[in-house]
Amino acid sequence: MACFLVSAAEAVVVTAVEKIEEKKEKEAALTGKDGEEAVRIPLSRKLGWLKYMLWGGVILLAFEHLWHGEIVPYFPFLSAMSDPADTAVMLHEMATVGVCMALLITAVWAVMCVAADLIVKRSGRTASKETA
Amino acid sequence: MTLLITVFAAVTATAVWYKRKDDSMQTGVLCFLYWGAAIMWLVDAVFEYAELGAEYFGPSAADMLNDAFLGLSVVALGLVIWLVRLLVTDPKGTVRAALSKQSRC
Repeated sequence: MACFLVSAAEAVVVTAVEKIEEKKEKEAALTGKDGEEAVRIPLSRKLGWLKYMLWGGVILLAFEHLWHGEIVPYFPFLSAMSDPADTAVMLHEMATVGVCMALLITAVWAVMCVAADLIVKRSGRTASKETA
Repeated sequence: MTLLITVFAAVTATAVWYKRKDDSMQTGVLCFLYWGAAIMWLVDAVFEYAELGAEYFGPSAADMLNDAFLGLSVVALGLVIWLVRLLVTDPKGTVRAALSKQSRC
């Protein structure tokens, strides 16, 4: 009914955090504090992956809800909001399906980050062995 | 059906991303877009399966057709979003070059 709204809220927060982190990293690069972290994947880039996954899911699921008439082009924009019984069902769905969606995407992203860090570390080690 | 079509789109986009020579086409964005949607629909499918049981795997022909049509529309929307982003960010400078060429003419 409106399960994608939970991920939409997470996407807004992640986008804001990514921008702040990007600014911090730029400042660190200017002051030369990022010497040791140069071989690691920046956090802002990793947050960018999560941002794209969340926004992608949100936009495409919103389209699906529009297709099924659950989103309407007039106030209150969600058809379930016009009836209190439907609103309760919608909130329950957001608390179960919506939260699970956001958690699974975040979990997949966390696994991706760990795997990406391992790949970068491994390739770094291989490169240093070859030069030695 | 929508989940299945989105997963196929995500796998295809990822294969294209893996084969890329440079990042100028920004196919990574398309991968994340489809994988995000596929994961969200997977959760939806699991909840639906928990509710319906085996009946979930036996949809009517009309429902399947509607879901397939929706799946294809979702893939098309994803492609349009990716294309608009590509043209706006213009990493190769193709749009800028074309526009400056036109303004000179």
